[in-house]
Amino acid sequence: MSIEAPLASGAGPDDTPEPSLIARLCARHGDRPAALIEILHDLQEALGAVPDGALGEIAGRLNLTRAEVHGVVSFYHDFRARPAGPVQVKVCRAEACQAMGARALIERLCARQGVALGGTSAGGVTIEAVYCLGLCAQSPAAQVNGRLHARLTDDRLDAAIAAEAAGAAGAAA
Amino acid sequence: MVVDAVDARIECGHDEEGARNHPDRQGPIMTLLHEADFGTPAADGAPVTLTIDGQTVTVPAGTSILRAAGLAERPIPKLCATDSLNAWGSCRMCLVEVDGVKGTPASCTTPVRDGMAVRTQTARLEKLRRGVMELYISDHPLDCLTCSANGDCELQDMAGAVGLREVRYGMAGENHFDAASRDVVDVSNPYFQFDPSKCIVCSRCVRACEEVQGTFALTIEGRGFDSKVSAGGAADDFFSSECVSCGACVQACPTATLTEKSVVEHGTPTRAVQTTCAYCGVGCSFKAELQGDQVVRMVPWKDGGANEGHSCVKGRFAWGYATHKDRVTTPMVRERITDPWRPVGWDEAIGFAAARFSAIQAAHGTGAIGGITSSRCTNEEVFAVQKMIRAAFANNNVDTCARVCHSPTGYGLKTTFGTSAGTQNFKSVEQADVILLIGANPTDGHPVFASRMKRRLRAGAQIIVADPRRIDLVRSPHIEAAFHLPLRPGTNVALMNAFAHVIATEGLIDEAFVAERCEAEDFALWSAFAAEPENSPEALSEIIGVPAETIRGAARLYAGAGNAAIYYGLGVTEHSQGSTMVMAMANLAMATGNIGREGVGVNPLRGQNNVQGSCDMGSFPHELSGYRHVSDAGVRDLFEAAWGRPILPEPGLRIPNMLAAAIDGTFRGIFVQGEDIAQSDPNTAHVTAALEAMDCVVVQDLFLNETAAFAHVFLPGTSFLEKDGTFTNAERRINRVRPVMPPKTGLSEWEAVCRLATAMGYPMDYPDAAAIMDEIARLTPTFTGVSHARLDAEGSLQWPVNAAHPDGTPTMHVDGFVRGKGRFMITGFVPTPERTTRHYPLILTTGRILSQYNVGAQTRRTENARWHGEDVLEIHPFDAETRGVGEGDLVSLASRMGATTLRATITDRVPPGVVYTTFHHPVTGANVITTEYSDWATNCPEYKVTAVQVSRSNRPSDWQAAHDELGRSHYAVAERLPAAE
Repeated sequence: MSIEAPLASGAGPDDTPEPSLIARLCARHGDRPAALIEILHDLQEALGAVPDGALGEIAGRLNLTRAEVHGVVSFYHDFRARPAGPVQVKVCRAEACQAMGARALIERLCARQGVALGGTSAGGVTIEAVYCLGLCAQSPAAQVNGRLHARLTDDRLDAAIAAEAAGAAGAAA
Repeated sequence: MVVDAVDARIECGHDEEGARNHPDRQGPIMTLLHEADFGTPAADGAPVTLTIDGQTVTVPAGTSILRAAGLAERPIPKLCATDSLNAWGSCRMCLVEVDGVKGTPASCTTPVRDGMAVRTQTARLEKLRRGVMELYISDHPLDCLTCSANGDCELQDMAGAVGLREVRYGMAGENHFDAASRDVVDVSNPYFQFDPSKCIVCSRCVRACEEVQGTFALTIEGRGFDSKVSAGGAADDFFSSECVSCGACVQACPTATLTEKSVVEHGTPTRAVQTTCAYCGVGCSFKAELQGDQVVRMVPWKDGGANEGHSCVKGRFAWGYATHKDRVTTPMVRERITDPWRPVGWDEAIGFAAARFSAIQAAHGTGAIGGITSSRCTNEEVFAVQKMIRAAFANNNVDTCARVCHSPTGYGLKTTFGTSAGTQNFKSVEQADVILLIGANPTDGHPVFASRMKRRLRAGAQIIVADPRRIDLVRSPHIEAAFHLPLRPGTNVALMNAFAHVIATEGLIDEAFVAERCEAEDFALWSAFAAEPENSPEALSEIIGVPAETIRGAARLYAGAGNAAIYYGLGVTEHSQGSTMVMAMANLAMATGNIGREGVGVNPLRGQNNVQGSCDMGSFPHELSGYRHVSDAGVRDLFEAAWGRPILPEPGLRIPNMLAAAIDGTFRGIFVQGEDIAQSDPNTAHVTAALEAMDCVVVQDLFLNETAAFAHVFLPGTSFLEKDGTFTNAERRINRVRPVMPPKTGLSEWEAVCRLATAMGYPMDYPDAAAIMDEIARLTPTFTGVSHARLDAEGSLQWPVNAAHPDGTPTMHVDGFVRGKGRFMITGFVPTPERTTRHYPLILTTGRILSQYNVGAQTRRTENARWHGEDVLEIHPFDAETRGVGEGDLVSLASRMGATTLRATITDRVPPGVVYTTFHHPVTGANVITTEYSDWATNCPEYKVTAVQVSRSNRPSDWQAAHDELGRSHYAVAERLPAAE
């Protein structure tokens, strides 16, 4: 899915402008400034990202400034400017997981995937650090495409990634 | 006095006044004028008594400990706090100990309580503060000696105050200042720069943009160690962001992060002079900060009653025109306007002008010459010009540029209330519950007042906007109008009559107020008129172009508010029924009891810095100073005794009469003080024909303006940085204007005027400008108590200042109207004769933009041109499409008067059928288009309604081609002029 295309308002068959995706998402929340975070979540759900180009229209709809929207988007690491790969791995690096070897686990994963932390591998695996998934008792933990995995080893993590990659490939095909 | 008006008392001889009474308050001209910063805004609660370091202090409830300590001269170290902003509590420098309270609360966010015992300095606090400062400095470059804020940096001051001697963490850790890690300096704004490596992330800039300016252009991006100040989104810089360059962030920044480029270039200022901005009618107070007589920066003055420490892009930054190379500082003369200019000495220029004026009078009568005063000049300068005309020219042919802007305000408010001025001070808007804004665009035209208004709207007041165009106050971040009434240009009076109908027929009249305060007979006539069915919203809806139900809703909101205030601008006055409209608004305010207290009133937003003052000073042909008619023998006696010359009992010529008489050949000489009538007055072709027909045109101005192309004598004027005198702003506030440098021309404007009068046989002489004000005070009942000495001591005064109002008058008509009882006037709607036709189907209306000022003589000669390099025509997509006009296309804009060419921009800000442009650039020639129609009572031109046609074009109009040619020939100078520097 292209990022830019759905943002612009297109003309419908009866020549009335079709509301843009952002217009529809904002309208779903009553164009309320208080719903900004929900709208951003919805947009990321739809596009896989909150592109910079979207800020102006969101701000306009909610009667906020671009700076205000940017401040919120940039505060939350979960909002991304570009979509992640088909497999998104969020490995916990908070205290308990670090104590159980998360840092080394991440380093090895990055080496195997050939990508730096925060990047997306050629195979479409995005690796990111998060700080606490609430699974401290079963450290180290990670989230792969939204699914939680605990007591991780290299093998268990690779298996989880492979399963998601196969699922993603299947969905694409 | 900063911002407090509270009854704060501190025992043992300290009080709020006393704390501020540092040496800088002793007089206006010192070295630097340091203003005390008490950290948090003033509060206004009941008195609370506490002890601070054992000293008993009484302050209003709601005051922070930080502020109370500052008032008690026990200042507490602080970084994120400043008294223009609400407490934030992030820097952890202002920690204190409070008996019986655990821990060390931040004094900025902790309000005082009765009986509290506070300690501001203990061993524990010292250690804590020093520890916090170590953390700050571990991420701050240690380049103080080469830093642009060296000596003017709060971080530096606080490091000193907490005794920082080492940074245990070293400087090698992760940071924001290493060459490798620091962000580039954002120099995109023409006037200030943003250097993130110096930032301590105190958020003062972000908060100033929100709380003070109300623009919300800045944010803190990211979180934790990655937090940084960001303008707009990720791809923005300051220039591309929503920033309006008001300077509030620069003002609030405690370090060198946000710094004026002029300070970076020249260094910190060494002396300061407190003065008044010379742009719009808000009349902001500033400190001109200088090195020698070179201005380094203009800094808004916290004690300024009009602006209370805030500013806009014009006053704060756009003062460079004063030394622009185009400025002419030498007098010049020429026999004919086709000759090149000949620079001469003052004596020759004055002698030349006097001889020509005298010759004209000898040949054509004393009434064959006259003059125009300027709303850009001081009260003293204006008074001198009108005195010269009445006493030396021996006629009443004096008019002022207010003729073409707010003359209907004078007429309308004098007729209904009894005085020609707005009723409130600016601060009053803080008490308004509903604001009715008509024909004004404050965020562009009066930005510092707009910030005050927006703050009130964010706090819950509602606004009704009556304007054909969707101005920013209809909807912009955090502001949403309750009603936008996009009325057809020219139907203001119909709209007010529809409001009146709703108020009169739905039981919304404040009967008690009307019975006590207004003329009963006039009210009875008015209420019967208002109730007539032809004044109902339903009957007028089609004419106005707004649904009847919307009008009813807006009228009910206005009439039903606790405090409802009307603010208006030239969209009210510059119509054929301008005076009627002013009276219609005054009627509404009286009928609903919205007059005579804070938060209400009828308030003209005056265009120019001294338009109120120039009118007060007797600039109109029918009135001597203080709005007293020349036909009043008692008043004439007073002036004749003082001036030793007879005053004619008949009013003289108005500007349009002068121009018409010039074309007829009976009016042959004019003195034009600081006004560019060839650009600013309607129907340019008519104006220039009149000027060409005269034998002697004397122009006193900073630049060879459009009018100077037709002048025989050019008397160089002085910028506000050279003037000594007073300006009176829209709230009748008389502010001092002080010279920061001697006149670049060698002569004050009033001195040149005195010499001209003297050369014409009427000796005029004053030792200084203060003596002119003394004469004004002697001759003008509303100014009796005004003098430069008193203004220097008290800051400013709002007239009337006299025995009845010894301290001035912030709110007028409190106990009764100036005229006794308020007078309702019948305001029948008469459509303008300017109608759209098949040939001219659109209506042109005009306005201003934030970065430019009126005809742009000043702002075009500053970096402000980067925001608005040319005037563009706003046209609705529907009208553009039917004419095949695309975005940015050159279009011809034609009326039955003339045509011009400019670029179009397509926008639904304007409704279909209406086009809009600004008039800041002479090449646009917006007034080539405007018509000769004017207000029935005052001749104020109908700039706001012109029937036009728009069509695609690919070349300049004939007028523009001719204007180009004129520019080449008429500005020629016989020899090279010395530059302004």
